[in-house]
Amino acid sequence: MTDVNDVPKVERPPGVPMSQWPSAYEYVLPTGAPGTVTLTIDGREVKAQTGDLLIKVAQDHGTYIPRFCYHERMKPVGMCRMCLVEVEGMRGMQISCATVVADGMVVHTQSDAARQAQDGVLELLLINHPLDCPVCDRGGECPLQDTTLAFGPGESRFVEEKRHWEKPIPISELVLLDRERCIQCGRCTRFADEIAGDALIAFGSRGAHTEVITFPGDPFTSYFSGNTVQICPVGALTATPYRFRARPWDLSAVETSCTTCSVHCRGALESSSNRLVRLLGVDSEPVNHGWLCDKGRFGYEVVHSEDRVRHPMVRKNGELVECSWPEALDVAAEGLKRALELNGPKSVALLGGARGTNEDAYVWARFAKGVVGTDNVDAQLGDGIPAEVALGLPEATIADLDRAAAIVVVGLDLKEEVPVLYLRVKRAAEELGVPLIELAPRDQGLTRYASTSIRSLPGEQGETARRLADALGGARGTDAGADAAAALLEGRAGDIVVVLGRGDLAESAASTVRAATELARLPQARFIVALRRGNVRGAMDLGLAPGFLPGRVTLDAGREWFGHAWGSVPATVGLDAEGILRAAEQGRIHALMLLGTDPHDDCPDHALAEGALNAAGFTIAIDAFVTDSTKRADVFLPVTMWGEKAGSVTNLEGRVQRVGQKVSPDGTAMPDWRIAAELALRLGVDFDLEQPEEVQDEIARVAPAYTGIDSTLLRRARDGAVAPVADHRDELVLGPVSIPLTDARWEPIRPGLDAVELEDAKTANDEADALRADRLTSVAQSAGAPPAPALHRFTGGVTDTAPPARDAYALRLVTGRTLYDGGITVAASDSLSELVADPVLLISPQDRDRIGVEDGAEVRVTSARGSLTLAVRADAAIGTGTAYLPFNLPGSGVSDLVDLSTAVTDLRVESLS
Amino acid sequence: MAFSDVNLTRARDIVARYPRPKSAILPLAHLAQDQDGWLTAEAMEEIAVLTGVTPAEVQGTCSFYTMFKRRPCGSLLVSVCTNVTCLVTGGPAILRHLTERYGDDDDVTVEEVECLAACGGAPALQVNYEYHEQLTPEIAEALVDDYKAGRRTPRTISGAQR
Repeated sequence: MTDVNDVPKVERPPGVPMSQWPSAYEYVLPTGAPGTVTLTIDGREVKAQTGDLLIKVAQDHGTYIPRFCYHERMKPVGMCRMCLVEVEGMRGMQISCATVVADGMVVHTQSDAARQAQDGVLELLLINHPLDCPVCDRGGECPLQDTTLAFGPGESRFVEEKRHWEKPIPISELVLLDRERCIQCGRCTRFADEIAGDALIAFGSRGAHTEVITFPGDPFTSYFSGNTVQICPVGALTATPYRFRARPWDLSAVETSCTTCSVHCRGALESSSNRLVRLLGVDSEPVNHGWLCDKGRFGYEVVHSEDRVRHPMVRKNGELVECSWPEALDVAAEGLKRALELNGPKSVALLGGARGTNEDAYVWARFAKGVVGTDNVDAQLGDGIPAEVALGLPEATIADLDRAAAIVVVGLDLKEEVPVLYLRVKRAAEELGVPLIELAPRDQGLTRYASTSIRSLPGEQGETARRLADALGGARGTDAGADAAAALLEGRAGDIVVVLGRGDLAESAASTVRAATELARLPQARFIVALRRGNVRGAMDLGLAPGFLPGRVTLDAGREWFGHAWGSVPATVGLDAEGILRAAEQGRIHALMLLGTDPHDDCPDHALAEGALNAAGFTIAIDAFVTDSTKRADVFLPVTMWGEKAGSVTNLEGRVQRVGQKVSPDGTAMPDWRIAAELALRLGVDFDLEQPEEVQDEIARVAPAYTGIDSTLLRRARDGAVAPVADHRDELVLGPVSIPLTDARWEPIRPGLDAVELEDAKTANDEADALRADRLTSVAQSAGAPPAPALHRFTGGVTDTAPPARDAYALRLVTGRTLYDGGITVAASDSLSELVADPVLLISPQDRDRIGVEDGAEVRVTSARGSLTLAVRADAAIGTGTAYLPFNLPGSGVSDLVDLSTAVTDLRVESLS
Repeated sequence: MAFSDVNLTRARDIVARYPRPKSAILPLAHLAQDQDGWLTAEAMEEIAVLTGVTPAEVQGTCSFYTMFKRRPCGSLLVSVCTNVTCLVTGGPAILRHLTERYGDDDDVTVEEVECLAACGGAPALQVNYEYHEQLTPEIAEALVDDYKAGRRTPRTISGAQR
């Protein structure tokens, strides 16, 4: 074993200032040579890897050592001293959270000396703890309570008055701090610093006065603050949305995936009295490591919003009035039939579907393409990446980021759009040493962790990507920035993982497509297409995209296969969202279905969306809320939301996971897919689908990329299944028969497989192997079926047009998504709606001085499309010649400025003073 | 800006002396306290910028040490020991007397401290961390008055020689 004190010697080159000395004084645990060691824990011989921590090895072998500060996802600090154990031959007690295993080590976790030490630590930790368990939210699920009961002395010799603090104090809008209960384990402060990178909380003062502090006027406004509440081992940190809402023993939980964005973090969704009250992060290794963002964690409030539509409505005398389901469905079906009879299937269009489950997407796709016969179907709103690109690029998984040769982030601000993916990329760059190359128009969340940041003006992203791809491909010498990026890869083997998104909705998607085309030339490039909407990937995968049929096959490739499976498919490729809106604007869409989408507020081109919604014919809203778009509907069909329905969803890496139902909906709302089936029935086709599992089985049978991902596999796959499963079979972890959706335990909450008894494991593995083999051979070939179509591959070839020259007085607009936006999840959640910022136009300090305005002054912003008046502020993160305005903030009106048909959006900014 | 131009240059020099900028938090806090007479919130924010950490981390570090005054403080800091030896030789009487005498005096801050490790000369106190031993309330008052009147030159509020 390496000596702990054996700090490597550092050469101190003469004449070099101390600040540039190489540093070897990091706190590094000795690891020794790689290999296996054998040690004895409580009389049992166990094997472990060198470098493993004693506390973890013991736990993996069934011996739980009590702890408060230790958390598997963070570095050990040894602050709480709870995990003391006796190690033969070592003087005194050892903290097992920071003790590395060694060959021949003999450990006692329950000897008299160890128990006495644990007693002592607990007695000390409880000196100032108020023991106000009856009024504490943590009571009943409190690690301090549980550990005291299991390991503590039961009585205290400390009878003095405990310390008192003002309680509780808010440290942010969402988190309250009760300092009396704090045991100074440092989990929250370490999380904020190490994991989130927002060290806005720290320990202040010392000794008995130690407290968690924020700096005055600088609250803990981290997008990840809710995680500190979950990992706090006492009731010191509580979340305002949950505080005093429930007692742990009244809660029941299902395991689910959060669908706020497309990362699909695993979570345990809890309810009390048919009300959702809490979402806890579940520690899924391939997805979220147990973390959630605050929007995902607290967004469940939207489900119980007063503004939900609970019953179907039809328009009578100009007003939407409640009616029965049969009446609403009949009216909807009649409207569709009329449009079909008078104007044919091309006059019918469907927008949306990215908010539902895979079952919703599949049945609606089957309805639109197989029954109505229209291919005018798009789950995006001109703000995404075309399906032919998104579904056809070579793919990487989230876990691939950890072992990539390099990560290239193109365009989007991960922190704002897919926050937990941001944590993963940050970890890869910061902890695992993966070079991070950022290509963006401005400084954003990841910039401080980027090895190199390449800036480009809107419209020039494709060209910048070409130079980067050239340099990465070996052709250097034309671009210094690209050469610097390529130099980072020297000596590194493996894939280049490209995280691709739309960072700027004011430039056309062609720019992003061109960037993808250029980078896809690299043989080692693999992509994570980071589109933000909850289940946009599942929706596109299952056919809610023009030119595609379920399972990532094009309309042409799948025509025969789906003709056999469904009866018929559309004759020609239909319109995408932009095309649908333009056709509607020109009066060519006679029936429009809005499937949980709000083009009015969410399409980058407001004038186009407004014109289209006004001119569209018969409009059916399938939604949970009356929005600026759905208020114009002729029929309103209310749907159940996340938490109210079971099913499956596909995240941005193509991972299919289950979502669970926890509460029953108020009113008579139905799952989206059932509405499609009901409408199909009224148009003369019986899908014969009663349960989501039946839809899953049909998907597994007919959607080529989802072959084998049926209800049985989904019930048994702990971490879900990445589609196509044939390419990812080694990653499948399968349980026996069915994995229960667990009751949440406090930390870290494991995915369902932990519930499997150890003795079942072997059977489980055998069965799993059989099931795995089964998946690969069971491409259901009914008699007379045509051969299964090949999956779509994107071959590039899309070119963007060079953006027009920017005149010297204009600023080029960048508008990106922001986490707390004007979307319904935020607007209808009481806790989150408070967090929405006021829209401010950000420009570079140079441009501010040139225009001659003060920070905070009102300016008039004019594009070729429209104009706005709003406040301006200089920000060094913004590149000269560009202006940044967040998209879809209430009052920002940025979509009034954007014209989807132009490559870029140039602005004139005039001072009003 | 919290630091004067001269001190900002010094601050940057100090940061450059350490392998990691974060290590310069304490010397910069001393510099700021000597400049302003106490450690202001603005100074902590600027130290955060200079050392690449958050203001919360600077406050966390500085609040660990009682020698950083995070509220306005007199230019003379009188630290009176009342630990065991000083307790039995008259420390509390000195503390009481000085507290009453200078209670309304903005130039003088009187504080009670733990053992100053000057038991051999008890009762003892420090004025801006300069030791004075074998005192009575009267001698202590005269001493502080000497400082006030300029007959003695105090160290800086952080205890550095001028």
